Amino acid sequence: MTTADATKAPGTTTDLTGTFTEKAKLVSAEVYPVKTLEQAFAKAVEICVNKAPLDPQMASPASPDAAQKSSGTDRIMAAPNLDEDAFSALSAACDAAGGISLIRENLRQYPGGIDMGVSLMDYGIAETGTLVLDSRAEETRLSTMLSEIHVAVLYTSKIRESALAMTEELKGVVRDPGSYMAFITGASRTADIERVLAMGVHGPLELHIMLVEE
Amino acid sequence: MSGEKGTKAESLKAYKNRLDDALGNEFLRKAMDNFAVAYRTSRENAFSGMDTAELIQTVADVKADAVIRNQELLAAFKQKAKENGIHVHLAETAEDANRIIAEIAKKTRCKSIVKSKSMTAEETHLNRWLENEGLEVTETDLGEWIVQLRKEGPSHMVMPAIHLSRYQVADLFSSVTGTEQDAEIQRLVKVARKELREKFVTADMGITGANYVIAETGTIGIATNEGNARLVSTLPRVHVALAGIDKLLPTIKEALAVNKVLPKNATGQAITSYVTWITGPSECKTVEGGKREMHLVFLDNGRSKIAKDPVFAQILQCVRCGACANVCPVYRMVGGHQLGYIYIGAIGLITTYFFHGREHAKNLVQNCTNCGACKSICAGGIDLPGLIKDVHAKIQDEEGHPLQSLLLGKVLKNRKLFHTLLRTAKLAQGPMTEKTKEGPFLRHLPMIFSPEHNFRRLPAIAEKPFRDRFEGLNKKVHAPAYRIALFSGCVQDFVYPEQLEAAMRGFQEANVAVTFPMGQSCCGLPAVSMGEKSAARDVALQNLDAFELKDVDYIVTLCASCASHLKHGAPKLLKNYAPDRAAAFADKVLSYSQFMSGVVGLDKKTGAGKAIAFHSPCHLCRGLDEREAPKDVIAKSGNTYVPTAEEETCCGFGGSFSANFPAVSNEILTQKLDDVEKSGAELLVTECPGCVMQLRGGAMKQGRDIEVAHLAEILYPQ
Repeated sequence: MTTADATKAPGTTTDLTGTFTEKAKLVSAEVYPVKTLEQAFAKAVEICVNKAPLDPQMASPASPDAAQKSSGTDRIMAAPNLDEDAFSALSAACDAAGGISLIRENLRQYPGGIDMGVSLMDYGIAETGTLVLDSRAEETRLSTMLSEIHVAVLYTSKIRESALAMTEELKGVVRDPGSYMAFITGASRTADIERVLAMGVHGPLELHIMLVEE
Repeated sequence: MSGEKGTKAESLKAYKNRLDDALGNEFLRKAMDNFAVAYRTSRENAFSGMDTAELIQTVADVKADAVIRNQELLAAFKQKAKENGIHVHLAETAEDANRIIAEIAKKTRCKSIVKSKSMTAEETHLNRWLENEGLEVTETDLGEWIVQLRKEGPSHMVMPAIHLSRYQVADLFSSVTGTEQDAEIQRLVKVARKELREKFVTADMGITGANYVIAETGTIGIATNEGNARLVSTLPRVHVALAGIDKLLPTIKEALAVNKVLPKNATGQAITSYVTWITGPSECKTVEGGKREMHLVFLDNGRSKIAKDPVFAQILQCVRCGACANVCPVYRMVGGHQLGYIYIGAIGLITTYFFHGREHAKNLVQNCTNCGACKSICAGGIDLPGLIKDVHAKIQDEEGHPLQSLLLGKVLKNRKLFHTLLRTAKLAQGPMTEKTKEGPFLRHLPMIFSPEHNFRRLPAIAEKPFRDRFEGLNKKVHAPAYRIALFSGCVQDFVYPEQLEAAMRGFQEANVAVTFPMGQSCCGLPAVSMGEKSAARDVALQNLDAFELKDVDYIVTLCASCASHLKHGAPKLLKNYAPDRAAAFADKVLSYSQFMSGVVGLDKKTGAGKAIAFHSPCHLCRGLDEREAPKDVIAKSGNTYVPTAEEETCCGFGGSFSANFPAVSNEILTQKLDDVEKSGAELLVTECPGCVMQLRGGAMKQGRDIEVAHLAEILYPQ
């Protein structure tokens, strides 16, 4: 919605990061530049701790019961697509903050919703501020849809100029049988009633993007 | 063509009553109005800094190529899909598609179904079928869910519930939830979130459409904003995608090229919130084996026949963005349910005939002003107004031509008869003529018109047509700067000869030699408008014979509609008859402003110094892509051009359109006059006698202080 595409010379990472950030903000995503994965996780945990309590859409069998709530673990965070090291790091950050249970599977047990889903993105697309996520794992899909806040972790080195410019890389993802690739641009939205924008009609109410420089 | 047999056709009268109701619906009018204005800006913003025409051309090329290669792509997709584990079905008809999906549900013991938005499923009336089979079907796109609960169809391809207010939705949700709901949009959306979550979780089957079906990898692509298609294709154990065979594309590259345009054209978004690419059954932890069952049902429903049609194949270039409705002046007045059967907007007027049959299309295809706004933004580069006229002609050929249209065709074909009738009418109207400062008008309408046609005053036929005045006006020019042949068009010849007289004064001043071939006839556009294609072709041939091209540099006309039709319409009609001559003729055609501003070149004159609003005729700004020349003429005339809102929006004339749908025409006209009044202009100028007739007659009837003139009249006043 600005003429950034036309005025900025494409090619360098900085330009792509700038364009990506600008475009992502246009669709109401929050963008945080961070130096390391640890910083990204710390920020995610901070947002999770400070968020409004979950508004359950229906009863979830695995949701914290009253006893758990009183003991302080009343936030559910899911991070199914992190590798072991990253998951441990996030887990440590959650433990340090307290009050968050971090899960990575059985998300079908939370149909009523979870507080936050944290996922590591495969690519970013500068032209539209879009995130690309290989979502072939069911848990990944559920985590990005059932969470009230979706935190997307994206390495700036993974930002490409446009979808068309990265056709071959995208082909590499969709080529496999069973592949399920998501383009995510902003949070779930609708304007179906009187064309008034409303966020979070089915999926996340908010999208936060951690841009990791390392 | 199928699944529709036995449904009763609506009479034209009933259809018009429905239009009247819509025109009286204040909420709808306001919603449509706000949308029409907001859409234009958001689309512009979305494309800002990009070469929109080039992007659209790419989509048109990609889709046109895919139409040609359709069977090859289908075979390739089937092969790949098999490798990926997708069950592929080919449904010949809408009914077949519904039956196949119901059978899948039965075989897999599915009882409850969640659906994401699919126009193709609307086309086949899938929900009705599945519900008859005892299945529970829930639409999960918010707008679709709302119209499903109201037992309506969508009123827009992308915004299904745009015709409804928050109050109507609140009432609906109150009755669905059994709890009083406030008419607060953010809260209503939350109600849907909660109500639908349970449906997602408990559903056995998910049905989606597909925006793209990719042959190379056996992948489908789905664009949504709400993310509901992701839940629909993730939670249930069976996924069925329904797609027209026209959604096939060779590779993801072509899909990405289309996806670059589709959301921008649809809603002015750079991209939708979600685009989901699914390559075969994905992981599903609730089923044995860990993968869901996936089916793709391809719908033909006449598409492969259309693909082979040299004229209509381009219909399949549609990407279902809905933009043709967004910019349509008629849609803006009456809303989607009145401007489509299932598919809405210009493309809906066309596809209704092919997908749902003549009886549902025959009223609809007439409801087009031929303003070309849809064509100018179509993401697939489709000649929508041209095809609407072609469908109209086709229906008349099949059903028999109505007497009125048949007579017009017969009369137009015979120029001498036509002109004799006009002269006779002039004599007959004598006592009914009232002289006003705006020229002679009819006191009241002839009996063939109904009272609703009385929304504008109609001019009387002139005392003496231009063709009888030409000899007297034409002074010999020595060593002319240019030699032109004047094409008068019927309206200026017989109703507004003074506009041509004004132009003649200018031609002399500029040392232009003018000929007026007496054998010239109607340009043929009115015949096209009424579905009389063969008559239109005949007059086009007569005009070729009447003009001796070697003696003239240009063929100039003061009527933008004639100019656009002579330049683009006639050569198309004569493609198989006289292509070279038609092209040579078309090549020389210029509108008045194009000739005066672009060829003659004007010195600035001392004019009346008035503030002038310009109504840009549809066939000038879009038909000839001419926007600057008339403004230059105004500036050189010694007056000042003042911009008006929506200068390029149709005035509602549209030839036979305003006779067929006077109530709609009047509303479009009123909007136009409102805009002109707001501009503060002292005079309204245009470059088409049809627009003059509509605007001047409307301003008089509504008692507005708006004087209307043709460009030539301000440049060379009497």
